[in-house]
Amino acid sequence: MKKTKINEAHYILKGKMVEFCGWDLPVQYAGLNTEHMAVRTTGGIFDVSHMGEIWFRGREALPAVQYLISNDASKLQPGKIQYAGLLTENGCFVDDLLVYMMNENDFLLVVNAANLEKDFQWMKKHTARFAVQVENRSEEYSQIAIQGPVAEKLLQELTDCDLSAMAYYHFAMGRVQGLEAIVSRTGYTGEDGFEIYFRSDAATASKLFLDLAEKGEKYDALPAGLGARDTLRLEAKMALYGNDIDDSHSVLEADLAWILKLKKGQPFIGQEALARQKEEGIRRKLVGFELVDKGIARHGYPVFVQGKEFGAVTSGTFAPFLKKPIGLVYLPIENSNVGSEFQVGIREKMALAKVVETPFYKRNK
Amino acid sequence: MAQENLLYSKDHEWLRVEGGTVVVGVTDYAQHELGDVVYVDLPAVGKELKKGDPAANIESVKAVSDVYAPVSGKITEVNLNLNNTPELVNQEPFAGGWIFKISMTQASELQELMDAKKYEEYLKGIAGE
Repeated sequence: MKKTKINEAHYILKGKMVEFCGWDLPVQYAGLNTEHMAVRTTGGIFDVSHMGEIWFRGREALPAVQYLISNDASKLQPGKIQYAGLLTENGCFVDDLLVYMMNENDFLLVVNAANLEKDFQWMKKHTARFAVQVENRSEEYSQIAIQGPVAEKLLQELTDCDLSAMAYYHFAMGRVQGLEAIVSRTGYTGEDGFEIYFRSDAATASKLFLDLAEKGEKYDALPAGLGARDTLRLEAKMALYGNDIDDSHSVLEADLAWILKLKKGQPFIGQEALARQKEEGIRRKLVGFELVDKGIARHGYPVFVQGKEFGAVTSGTFAPFLKKPIGLVYLPIENSNVGSEFQVGIREKMALAKVVETPFYKRNK
Repeated sequence: MAQENLLYSKDHEWLRVEGGTVVVGVTDYAQHELGDVVYVDLPAVGKELKKGDPAANIESVKAVSDVYAPVSGKITEVNLNLNNTPELVNQEPFAGGWIFKISMTQASELQELMDAKKYEEYLKGIAGE
């Protein structure tokens, strides 16, 4: 099993370790609910070093990125970040990712751990004709996410970046506890927060994580694991690759039209299929639901629309902050309006569910 | 930790024998592994089960787990308090968190269960894996 450079800290903090995408990572420390609530009310500190960092460098870095992604990277400026889809010819997802513009010839793409090797091969294959160097430097980088209302105050204690001046989806190069780092105002929890990327040895990385946890104590911030990361992102309706988005559902079907820029002025993979789909209209759509009956509708549970089976729940949990069972599912477009009812097979029972507005949770800004 | 005077199954259920009836819950180890319990799907009173049949489901945020009938028999009572306070399974696994009562049809099945000491050893074996 692979270990992040922060691995030792998880054992010191008594994390409950599990294998995730080949990595030895904590699913929780104090408990999933406790950590989830901490992020919503104070703060949480996550080791997300398993995420992949792929760099695009060269004269044609921008056109190469533009050819691969659904969003319009020409709108970026140095220090800005964009969420985008890495798409198949059919307009479905190879992965979802963040694009960091370092400068006009230098971009950082942050991808999912589970897809890293697939993405890297895809990117190299489809950018061969561009003057660009595509480098997978994931092994070098550690990544820590500091999330929640106290994130700014907590991280400011350790960095020379002026965090109060940093807007959402922006980043700066600075130092965190003396280490050179990329500090960005991003996250996967639905809260305000930051993600820091840095290169160091394991002892230094573990120490930084432990120091953040210790400094977090006075703010009631806690180290948080993969369990809370998943329930937090779901309450905020952030898609998870492999559950809610994959290579058989399109950007439009995934209800992510806001990251699709069909008229960005440069052809990109998936553009034709999506232009056609936009014109013809989609037949199914990813929506959020609440379970009306008792129980929890989990990933993979069968879904029935007017008595006919229609796929399965893509993500589902008991939402720890909202205190109700929620989930995501693809429904036929004619049954996808808010208030529409359908059923989920939970073991031998049929449980009633209804489509609701999303995100389920939205923070007060 | 295991409690004296109870019997234990390998699926981490505890049993308290009260004459011909057995009270069933899950152990402290089990509730800890489950994490925060948010819903308990109770069996119907009167349902007849064979040893090893799924009897109830415990839903935590993390996962769903079956509670099996540790002996064959008929469900005589279920803990309705769990409908409104499922967290009792976490808070008082050996007391207020009991799940169902079953009237035994084959008392000899009790011999296949562990006492507290054997269960503690069984847990040590799991931890050592």
